[in-house]
Amino acid sequence: MIKRFFSLIFVVLLALVFLPLVTEIKPLSELGMTSAKYAEDGAAELGAANLVTSVVVTYRGLDTLGEVTVLFITTAGIGFMLRRKTILPEKKRRASEILKSGTSFLLPLIILFGVYIFVHGHLTPGGGFQGGVVIASAIVLLMLSDINMHPDHNILNWLESLSGAFYVIMGILGLILAGGFLDNRFLPLGEFGKIFSAGAIPVIYSLIGLKVGAELVGILNKLGREDK
Amino acid sequence: MIPFILCFILFLIGIYGIITQKNLIKIIIGLAIMEYSVNLFLILIGYINGGTAPIITHYTSANASFVDPLPQALILTAIVIGLATTALLLALAIRLYRKYGTFDIRKINSLKG
Repeated sequence: MIKRFFSLIFVVLLALVFLPLVTEIKPLSELGMTSAKYAEDGAAELGAANLVTSVVVTYRGLDTLGEVTVLFITTAGIGFMLRRKTILPEKKRRASEILKSGTSFLLPLIILFGVYIFVHGHLTPGGGFQGGVVIASAIVLLMLSDINMHPDHNILNWLESLSGAFYVIMGILGLILAGGFLDNRFLPLGEFGKIFSAGAIPVIYSLIGLKVGAELVGILNKLGREDK
Repeated sequence: MIPFILCFILFLIGIYGIITQKNLIKIIIGLAIMEYSVNLFLILIGYINGGTAPIITHYTSANASFVDPLPQALILTAIVIGLATTALLLALAIRLYRKYGTFDIRKINSLKG
């Protein structure tokens, strides 16, 4: 009890220390210089309707590459930590009929929705990461409905490595053929607002989507294995 | 100003959870709450009164003002990194559970003394 009391006092003190940071904040009335540049010139320069996508994939593309690398390291780290050969439990409750029928009906729709999200990342809200997560959720549904189903490690690893490699190749192509690393303008920009527009952005986002999907399925597959 | 204070309260709830809970999974949940409160806070910093989502469509008028796209792009990165750290923490928790058979941090004490 006394411990809880001290924790509460600690939290209150922390609140007092940081309170000025919160109360003296002024709401933004106009964009900062960098944001204004991205908001005004971004669409004309890169041809992407979604300005957040143009920042994520092109202007700050190197950060996204780093982020994808962090995800890769996480997968490797989880594989390292849970590397012990685990025996799958024998007695596991079978999935119910509702889950099985629902899965067979919903699975293609969920995967299609995921692909739609990452292919349209430059036009609508969404993108590679979100689409990848949606696809991974479809695979999780499959794993729940069929207890003996386990995604093939080799296929996942190849998918992940190939999409990662092609992502870097896209960046280097931008460096050679256009303005700089991960510049999307080495492919034609196309008509604004159409799906085949914005140069390499849909291609890069699709690669990110595949990579994130494969990585998440790998992580969940490793976390889901129990030992006796 | 009120949304910022609410975010801050969410952050404090997360910290309180981390220092009072004894279950490893609950500690990880507290960490996740802290992380999302910070994400929300940074998104709110980029909000402009009357601004629309930074997506240009046929219906966007020429003088429309957007909310700041930069924090949104940064938070997209931060969410993914948060996912990665949470997954690693869960893997560590599973590893500890295999060794000790419990998530209670009072019983995970072989390193003591």
